[in-house]
Amino acid sequence: MTDRVPDDATLAQDGADLTGSGRVLLVACGALAHEIMALKRANGWTHLDLACLPALLHNRPERIAPAVRDLVEARRDDYDSVFVVYADCGTGGALERTCRELGVGMMRGPHCYAFFDGIDRFTVRGDDEMRAFYLTDFLVRQFDAFVTRPLGLDRHPELREMYFGNYERLIYLAQTDDPALDAKAQEAAGALGLAYERRPTGYGDLETALSGL
Amino acid sequence: MADQDDDIILSDLTDEELIQQMHDDLYDGLKDEIIEAVNILLERGWQPYDILTRALVAGMTIVGYDFRDGILFVPEVLLAANAMKGGMIILKPLLAETDAPRMGKMVIGTVKGDIHDIGKNLVAMMMEGAGFEVVDIGINNPVESYLEALAAEEPDILGMSALLTTTMPYMKTVIDTMVAEGIRDRYVVLVGGAPLNEEFGKAIGADAYCRDAAVAVETAKSFVARRHNQLAVG
Repeated sequence: MTDRVPDDATLAQDGADLTGSGRVLLVACGALAHEIMALKRANGWTHLDLACLPALLHNRPERIAPAVRDLVEARRDDYDSVFVVYADCGTGGALERTCRELGVGMMRGPHCYAFFDGIDRFTVRGDDEMRAFYLTDFLVRQFDAFVTRPLGLDRHPELREMYFGNYERLIYLAQTDDPALDAKAQEAAGALGLAYERRPTGYGDLETALSGL
Repeated sequence: MADQDDDIILSDLTDEELIQQMHDDLYDGLKDEIIEAVNILLERGWQPYDILTRALVAGMTIVGYDFRDGILFVPEVLLAANAMKGGMIILKPLLAETDAPRMGKMVIGTVKGDIHDIGKNLVAMMMEGAGFEVVDIGINNPVESYLEALAAEEPDILGMSALLTTTMPYMKTVIDTMVAEGIRDRYVVLVGGAPLNEEFGKAIGADAYCRDAAVAVETAKSFVARRHNQLAVG
């Protein structure tokens, strides 16, 4: 058993096995590992074990539901229950159907931006923020791996307008108060040609959901 | 491919060599080279429609296949599309002047609450390349915009796009309204976007889900041909 979270590059590429003697298994996106472990430590949730899939699955959302299914089926016999710490995440309802078939719970909402912000607040904002591009702590740290390089902006900056021409703002949904991340997020907004806003969210609905397990 | 092509002088190539080179240049997203090659073929007396289909559409079809097969990724497809657009800008007014085959007409737009248009733009461009007249009504379209465009343009096909799980259900709102207004059967409704699938397309009452631009073109051709056959029989 280890509480040591691997570096972000490992979480992005490989995920992480942070399981031990807990009775509830969290099957989560690697992008949430730091936040879940921080909540575990802060709340003394020793009954929760964590297994993370590679965060880069988000660039191929059609692969998320099958990967979650494989991991749940491989590990569920070792636990009293399993909870999936993904929102829909671009799977078009496929992950929800998979979780229903497996009989396991999952996060509400369209994506982690929504549950960090708070699903109800996010829903009320609706179309007012359709021109907003969101980043979380993890995505600020991994901006190059998740945005710049996969979109080819490092090699072809001329594509920026095709990707981001309809966006107006970059909103950094901040889980922690870190001036270095704030500066990095602001730099990302500048690189994309967007106005910048920092919105402190803390862990939002993630904490509420995990506290009920 | 590009490394080997540094010394190639396009105007020295035969027609067949030039067409092949255009396929390579599209694949590599070389817009200036595509524009130059289109102008060379026009100077040699090629019909705009032949340049469009044999050079640009055929080249983009290869790009589409390699994207589907995971050989190319979104940035490369966008560069190729941008190169094709360079050629299309020259050819479009010329096509309008000539009697190039007309396949049908399409109104296309991204649904309300959604600003994503990369896929929609690719579909629009490939549909134009395939001989369809395309009326692109842009992003963030409420149902009223779709209905107005359908009434004004009288297309054969309505195309709707959505990238978000939160916005894709709006396609059903549009289709349900079309049903309520008694106009649904006048149009072929095609839907697409990353989180969609065939099951969703069926569930909301679309005629077909199209997973990419190449599939959209083939599906549109097939539906329009079917409609023409029905009209001929009727």
